[in-house]
Amino acid sequence: MFLQLLVSGISIGSIYALVALAMVIIYKTSEVPNFAQGEMAMISTFIAFMFLDTYGQSFIVSFTGALGFAVALGAFLEFVFLRRAKDPNVLSLILITLGFEMMLYGLASWKWGADQKSFPFPVSDFDIVNLGQAVASHLNIATLFVALFLMFILFLFFKYTKVGIAMKATQQNMIAARINGIRANRILSITWGMSSFIGAVAGMMLAPIATLDPNLMMDPLLKGFAAAVLGGMTTLVGSAIGGYLLGIIETLFGGYVSLQFKSIVAFLIIVLVLCFKPSGLFAKHYVRRV
Amino acid sequence: MAFLEIKNIETFYGLIYALRGVSLSLEEGTITAILGNNGAGKSTILKTVMGLIEDQPDKGTIEFMGKRIDRKDPEQLVRLGISYVPEGREIFDELTVRENLLMGAYCRHDRAGIKQDFTRIYGYFSVLEEREGQLAGTLSGGEQQMLAIGRALMNGPKLLFLDEPSLGLSPILVKEIFAIIKKINEEGITILLVEQNARMALKIAHVGLILENGRFVMKGKAADLMEDEDVKEFYLGVKQTESAKGYQRWKRQKRWR
Ligand SMILES: Nc1ncnc2c1ncn2[C@@H]1O[C@H](COP(=O)(O)OP(=O)(O)O)[C@@H](O)[C@H]1O
Ligand SMILES: [Mg+2]
Repeated sequence: MFLQLLVSGISIGSIYALVALAMVIIYKTSEVPNFAQGEMAMISTFIAFMFLDTYGQSFIVSFTGALGFAVALGAFLEFVFLRRAKDPNVLSLILITLGFEMMLYGLASWKWGADQKSFPFPVSDFDIVNLGQAVASHLNIATLFVALFLMFILFLFFKYTKVGIAMKATQQNMIAARINGIRANRILSITWGMSSFIGAVAGMMLAPIATLDPNLMMDPLLKGFAAAVLGGMTTLVGSAIGGYLLGIIETLFGGYVSLQFKSIVAFLIIVLVLCFKPSGLFAKHYVRRV
Repeated sequence: MAFLEIKNIETFYGLIYALRGVSLSLEEGTITAILGNNGAGKSTILKTVMGLIEDQPDKGTIEFMGKRIDRKDPEQLVRLGISYVPEGREIFDELTVRENLLMGAYCRHDRAGIKQDFTRIYGYFSVLEEREGQLAGTLSGGEQQMLAIGRALMNGPKLLFLDEPSLGLSPILVKEIFAIIKKINEEGITILLVEQNARMALKIAHVGLILENGRFVMKGKAADLMEDEDVKEFYLGVKQTESAKGYQRWKRQKRWR
């Protein structure tokens, strides 16, 4: 049973890790926890569903289209709303993201209704691979691989590409970035687009095991946020590890202790971490220079 | 036509009237030093030109090589060939030395030229080459200053602004850095240098200006300023006659060091 729970934990942990990564990427540049992250992913997942179901497109076309939409949506929200805020403080920025959240949720409810849809997916959750003591569905395995692959791409991006390094530079010191000719505004748009993309992947990997409705990302968003806080909110690696830890611990708790209180355990951990190590488990201690 | 022509600019920080009509023209190929007390507005001049203070200058014009550049974004100015080393260095702490330098060349696409400039800058500051892979935040103050200058040079600038490169450095390091600033200038880059360390600045500068309360109060050849009685007393810490209040002298020297 332990191994089986571990498999499920890692699978859902992958989703949490992706959401956490998406949040941290935005948090590091825009300095705001983006509470619309979940709905942005949910809408993008609906777009994929629309391509598949309404227009009968292939998986490739639908998923590519939805991911493209996600990037455009992220960049659009940053450009149209966030950038307009003059000398914003954190609270007003949070409010703006909550505004997006409600807007997108309303839009999805109006367009696709509240009834649950099943999301077609090329990889099955019923075909299984035997791992000895446990079994993993093809979808479990695909989720893990997609998540790890994305993380690897992110790693390469931030380490070796000029734009990736410029993004880190902008996160560390916006003024210094600008006086080196880095167009900070463009970096912000790219950040939002990228983050939205990662969130959309999480949404589309989650939709086949959950059911597709406007509430799809509610719980994963909170868990992803919790994972990001657990990881210290500022490190990509930390937030990814936070996501997996949360997924695993939560699933184990659900299996051995209580299924009803499964969700609460995540927040119990967060409270404990915040009490004993407020900067998160993996935060590096450096003071941001403004 | 002057290389950089600042005409009568006035800058406000909200209600604070920081620059009260500043004019300055730089000749190509020279080093110009702006000297002045803490709070005189030296940094504000550079920040205004760099477009870092929103909606400023309130009045006045700035021209670079015959083109108006006032109220342009720093991103645009860098592309015109103006590099800026801000007060307090502002390097990217969590990037490596090499990545910092690479960001200096962000606007450039000539690989060969960038590679050449890496070699050139490592030639000026060999310690940067030794520390290439180290995070910039872990460098010493002097090394960070060298990195900040190196990063600005990676842009391949025609005009270089330096804001108090001597700040917080030991006299030996200051000497070393100023020698390199002079060398950079001799290789063809026009320099506008802001300093509180008037002695060092006037030694390498061609022209010097003295700023007080947001206005220039004196301008002259650097060599002449060094001989000026007032400059000697107030900016170089040389006391001409013995004052009855001996402590004043001590205070003054301490302030202007
Ligand atoms: N961001 C700011 N907001 C308000 N006032 C400022 C700001 N920066 C500088 N000042 C004021 O403008 C004046 C000039 O400052 P500054 O240019 O930094 O002087 P300096 O570089 O010569 O020491 C000072 O009186 C300072 O208090
Ligand atoms: Mg200053």
